[in-house]
Amino acid sequence: MSDQNSHDDLVPSTFEDEPIANPGLPPHVWRPTDVDPKAEKRAERQVAAMFGLSILCAILFMVSYFAFHVGSDWNTIGGLGASNVALGVFLGGALLFIGIGIIQWARKLMGDQEIVEYRHPARSPDEDREATLAALNAGLEESGIGRRPLVRNTLLGAVGILALPAIVMLRDLGPLPGDKLNHTIWRRGMRVVRDVVGTPIKVSDLELGDLVNALPEALFPTQENGYPEIEGVELQQQKVKAAVILNRMLPEEIVSEQTLNWSVNGIVCYSKICTHVGCPISLNERTTHHLLCPCHQSTFDLTDSGKVIFGPAGHALPQLPLAVDSDGYLIAQSDFTEPVGPSFWERDPS
Amino acid sequence: MSIDTSKVAASNTTTAATAKKPSKAGAAAAWADDRLGLATAMKKNLRKVFPDHWSFMLGEIALWSFVVLLLSGVFLTLWFTPSMGEVTYQGSYDPLRGVTVSEAYNSALKLSFDVRGGLLMRQMHHWAAMVFIAAMMIHLLRVYFTGAFRKPRELNWVIGCLLLLGTLEGFTGYSLPDDLLSGTGIRAADGFMKSIPLVGSYLSFFLFDGEFPGDAIIPRLFTIHVLLIPGLLLALIAAHMLLLVYHKHTQWPGPGRTEQNVVGFPMLPVYAAKAGGFFFIVFGVTALMGGLLSINPVWKFGPYDPTKVTAGSQPDWYMGWPDGALRIMPGWEFGIFGHTFPFNVFLPIIVLPGLMFTILLMLPFIESWVTGDKRDHHLLERPRNAPTRTAVMVSLMTFYGLMWAAGGNDIIAIKLHASINQITYFMRAAVFIGPAIAFFITRRWCISLQRHDNETLLHGYETGIIMRSPEGGYSERHLPISDARAYTMTARQRDEVPALEAETDANGVPTPGSRSAKVKSKLQTLMYADNVQKPTQEELEEAHHHVEHENELQAGLDHAADGHQFDGHHLVDEEHLRSH
Repeated sequence: MSDQNSHDDLVPSTFEDEPIANPGLPPHVWRPTDVDPKAEKRAERQVAAMFGLSILCAILFMVSYFAFHVGSDWNTIGGLGASNVALGVFLGGALLFIGIGIIQWARKLMGDQEIVEYRHPARSPDEDREATLAALNAGLEESGIGRRPLVRNTLLGAVGILALPAIVMLRDLGPLPGDKLNHTIWRRGMRVVRDVVGTPIKVSDLELGDLVNALPEALFPTQENGYPEIEGVELQQQKVKAAVILNRMLPEEIVSEQTLNWSVNGIVCYSKICTHVGCPISLNERTTHHLLCPCHQSTFDLTDSGKVIFGPAGHALPQLPLAVDSDGYLIAQSDFTEPVGPSFWERDPS
Repeated sequence: MSIDTSKVAASNTTTAATAKKPSKAGAAAAWADDRLGLATAMKKNLRKVFPDHWSFMLGEIALWSFVVLLLSGVFLTLWFTPSMGEVTYQGSYDPLRGVTVSEAYNSALKLSFDVRGGLLMRQMHHWAAMVFIAAMMIHLLRVYFTGAFRKPRELNWVIGCLLLLGTLEGFTGYSLPDDLLSGTGIRAADGFMKSIPLVGSYLSFFLFDGEFPGDAIIPRLFTIHVLLIPGLLLALIAAHMLLLVYHKHTQWPGPGRTEQNVVGFPMLPVYAAKAGGFFFIVFGVTALMGGLLSINPVWKFGPYDPTKVTAGSQPDWYMGWPDGALRIMPGWEFGIFGHTFPFNVFLPIIVLPGLMFTILLMLPFIESWVTGDKRDHHLLERPRNAPTRTAVMVSLMTFYGLMWAAGGNDIIAIKLHASINQITYFMRAAVFIGPAIAFFITRRWCISLQRHDNETLLHGYETGIIMRSPEGGYSERHLPISDARAYTMTARQRDEVPALEAETDANGVPTPGSRSAKVKSKLQTLMYADNVQKPTQEELEEAHHHVEHENELQAGLDHAADGHQFDGHHLVDEEHLRSH
């Protein structure tokens, strides 16, 4: 059973048989299925029964495929769907019974004599190494690559430069950032409207402690407001940057002067996009006016220029300066005065 | 022209020579060999020996779940539309009918509700991905703890580490359905990219074809997910398997099992049957999971909307640890010459995973550099017999585990009614202190186990029989262990701590390179010095002599009616528990 080659070295042992000598492989022990024909027959029947059950499951799988409908009964059987449960169970059964059958066959009926194979070092024999090295050297020598550095170096240079066209070719993957990250669609006098519905908001609409998700009116263009049509990718990109939250507090709760100047009757407006990695912030602590990001728990103080008071965010939440228009609706005084969302290299750190 | 040798007697024995009919398998093999010439290579490999141990199955789980991923993944691509084009959902799921969604999300819903077996395949695919990565990681731990990465298998360790690319495959996969959760993941990934100094915002604009979210990311991730990374994984797995076959599998030491041989079952039929059968088991279990355990119900999350997020948003489990690092990192953002360096994001999510990966990759080379061991190793080592190695990995595991826990700090806070701030502060310290404590405890624990092994070798195993001496003292009776077990326990090399070479030679001139030699020697001492070595022959003989003497004193007690003769260490052929 061994494949010991006399000319091949064996792997040297890292320890001698000490302090106890190797007792050698234990004697083989016969299994009941080796010596008892009845046990052997029984095992054979067991294996065949497994394969039979697998066939049954496969048939039931096909039956359930046609018997159960998807879509309408998605809520049955613990919210899993009858079709899904039946298909999963019968497919699982069909596969598992084949596996169990084969393994039972291997364990009970196939030969269970352990056999021995000898190991040889992973390295090649010395003569092969020398022959290969000689061939390598002869090849290199004949190419003259060592003797002609001019040829070698220009080749290396040429192949190296080839990486650049490969990189340059990726240039059209996307436009350059330009200053897109620095601006949003907010403009002076643009109304702050509720998200989803797009209705403008009056100061009196907000109770103390209320948190309202809002968007610029330009994202809900109508005949009346006259904003240009916006949809698809452009709409999504503007929405990502322009989303804001409104929060109403008592004016005397406001700590920073800037926050007070940019607020209207205690209503403050901040970017909804976390300055950490850009999750929309949504968890409001009503009493403290702290805003918590559900992704990485950065916490911002809405009374104090959106300062980071906890968590991994690196800078304050940008505040949108608010005002009221002649109809009593909340409007923006201007665009955000700094980029919203996660930090990036070109952002002004001040 | 030639003689048909099949009709000629194959032997000269006394039985009649019968013309042997070639078997069907033989005929097929001959047909194939005429064209492919595989017989020479297959001669040895068909009966190649694979040793048996439950822990060798872990890598197999990874392999087979990868096959399940390929099969279920192909099924999914038949319906999935990798596009961010907007459509109005009109499928079977009532709550979302009429909502404007992306084509990707629309087709994910179609797969879940309007394609029979589609939800099963989606859930099997997702479960198989989780199992794939988990099995790879546990397999990695097995290989490390048993020293199976040592020469000549270092390169296979490297290939195995590269296979952790599978985590990126997982991320690109769960980002595809374009539901609210996956979109939040991509949004965060955009933030990660932007944190890279100089090129960050350019990378982001190139990947998303403009500003986030754009309409290119899903099709691009799709190509990466179904073509680029699976191709790489397939090539790496092939190389991993080829090297495994070439090196022959490692084995545990035991009677008859040495560095020179490999003892086990032949590939054909036993190992092929067991491994092949195991494929069906892995596949079958995945199918049961897909049928019975709901995973990633994208219809509950709703379509991606950049202004929405759900509380408790978390990535799949294997992305949890860098997410934890991100959560506990203090908000250190620096201004450099009018630029912003978001170190608070860059360090935990860009640098740390790369650093951990590099450490993992280098472990075999660091160990062989410290030990200076350049020999081939095919016998596995018990984790206790390499205390420092074991402690290093437990320490890394502790770091990983704490980071992972930190990735659920909000869930922990809710479940334990604790303050999220305090949990975060605790984690900030624990990720540094925890691994150090784990290292210390593990190392001492291993050494204690080594001591216990030596006790067992020298004085025998503990029988649980309490003896009272005539003087009234109590002691536990020990009996010698079997030769096979004693051999197995001593089948390991002694650790050699080389004496530090003199810093100066005979003439007082400093030896060249003595500084690195000194560092190495210090590390070797740290690695080995406290290890317990197996007893020598003399120690064993002396101990056995002592035990024999004691046993003589206790003669006659062998048949105490306490049933201990049935403890499995004694021949009980003559004993009768009950009469028939």
